[in-house]
Amino acid sequence: MAATSTPPESPEVAMIRVRRNLRYYLDQGFYYLTMAFALAIAITLVWIVIQIGLTAIPAITQFGLGFLTSTTWDPVQNIYGILPQIYGTLVSAIIALVVAVPLGLGIAIFLSEDFLPTYVTTPIAFAIELLAAIPSVVIGLWGIFILIPFLRPFYTFVHRYLGWIPLFGTEPRGNSLLTLGLVLAFMILPLITSISRQTLVSLPPYLRQGAMALGATRWETILRVLIPAGFSGIVGSIMLALGRAMGETMAAAMLVGNSNRINISLLEPGSTIASLIASQFGEAGRDQVAALLYAGLVLMILSLIVNILAEIIIKKFQNVER
Amino acid sequence: MIMTRNPQPTPKVVLQVQNASIFYGSFRAVRDVTMDIYANEVTALIGPSGCGKSTLLRCFNRMNDLVPGARVEGKITYHGKDLYARDVDPVEVRRRIGMVFQKPNPFPKSIYDNVVFGARVNKYKGDFDELLETSLRQAALWDEVKDKLQESGLSLSGGQQQRLCIARAIATKPDVILMDEPCSALDPISTLKIEELIHELKQNYTIVIVTHNMQQATRVSDRTAFFNAEATEQGNRVGYLVEYDHTSVIFNNPKQKATMDYVSGRFG
Repeated sequence: MAATSTPPESPEVAMIRVRRNLRYYLDQGFYYLTMAFALAIAITLVWIVIQIGLTAIPAITQFGLGFLTSTTWDPVQNIYGILPQIYGTLVSAIIALVVAVPLGLGIAIFLSEDFLPTYVTTPIAFAIELLAAIPSVVIGLWGIFILIPFLRPFYTFVHRYLGWIPLFGTEPRGNSLLTLGLVLAFMILPLITSISRQTLVSLPPYLRQGAMALGATRWETILRVLIPAGFSGIVGSIMLALGRAMGETMAAAMLVGNSNRINISLLEPGSTIASLIASQFGEAGRDQVAALLYAGLVLMILSLIVNILAEIIIKKFQNVER
Repeated sequence: MIMTRNPQPTPKVVLQVQNASIFYGSFRAVRDVTMDIYANEVTALIGPSGCGKSTLLRCFNRMNDLVPGARVEGKITYHGKDLYARDVDPVEVRRRIGMVFQKPNPFPKSIYDNVVFGARVNKYKGDFDELLETSLRQAALWDEVKDKLQESGLSLSGGQQQRLCIARAIATKPDVILMDEPCSALDPISTLKIEELIHELKQNYTIVIVTHNMQQATRVSDRTAFFNAEATEQGNRVGYLVEYDHTSVIFNNPKQKATMDYVSGRFG
């Protein structure tokens, strides 16, 4: 264009106008305001940890690390240990992952491929994400009144024919670690599905085309190219789901049976850290509150470890330019 | 169609397009193309944007199957076999007819895994290391990467990535290689390397290349097909083949005025 080569006609055009004070202060003010918001979140987190830590100090000094390995929970004599709860938390979360990961990944693959037209897949994806919106107390009620009666014949069957496996070695009760694991699977399914699906959908289309053009079938393309390329997102979704499953409180308190025992059988009631806190906090004395908050601290640290692992894995496998 | 200007024995026809029209849903993108593509030659498809040359290219290895609603009328045959017959497996077609894309698209895997990918999915029985080396040598990339085969394919420069993609295509032992503007994302030096490579590859493969660069067409191709697009009554644009001949004829002495205008830069 000719206009770009002509110099400014008058000095007015060339001069930069002086910035007015008000604009300068608005700009600065906005900067500090947003910074304050960002810091407030970080400070709140630190504050929560400190407060919990402070309240838990009596229990920490009294029980030390032995708290993690003791199986006694005796509010009468004020002797506490949470090994059964740690065990229950991990076992129920693992059951949830074993069920929800293949299912969620399968749904994610199905919805991200063009097996069905988008006017079918979009409502399905939406419905799965809506699952996450169901309050956990409602899911707990559903578990008690619908799922447990529904699962009972299945449990009986498993015990009768697979009872020689210690995992199914006891007479089935309704409330058990297995029940909780299955309900948790249901609760984390939307998380795994929606994040994995997003990951697969946002993979660059040239990866798929490249694989197909080399004579890969659809399944070879999915298994050898798309899933490895989206590995970080998929693992990230699984780790987030694991964190969610470990911290879930209401459904756990309603379904796990709250029995302070370690039993190898998944059909026996158990307890998780979150369910312990939820079920005992209301009528706890001062020492017991300290022990419960110590348990809460342990849970936070477990979740933190899971999240750090997730970050590391996501960073390590983040290998596709988006 | 064959001119006597370049007297030589008529080479074998590999791909034959007979009255092919390509549709996306009800929209006709390309109409009534008829052309033969000969073995061990480089055939260039040129023309303005939207004239359907890439669309046609993608029909040769059935990559258009991936676009919902795409279909072909007429006939496209490969060594006499109808590519769109019911009993033809598109996966098998793509193993015989490889493709290199406009943007280099190595997988986020090691250089090694990139090259042997096709061999792995094809259950190749031979020696992978040997296949790797011959493919990379044919793609003129071996010397640059032989010491870092385990590094990610994405760590290479754009030109190297494109040669990696060519090596990857060669490693499936195809018969035809389709190239969709393979140099449009590359700098002139990388472009030159790819063009030299195309000259080499012609000995063993049949190459069809789509290009926007007319100098490139004159440099690399034996035959050139000029496509153009025209408005239809529905307001769409449909691509069609204007003229197809030896490259020297297309660029020096075309029969159609439209071709003349395009190759001399008076297109408009």
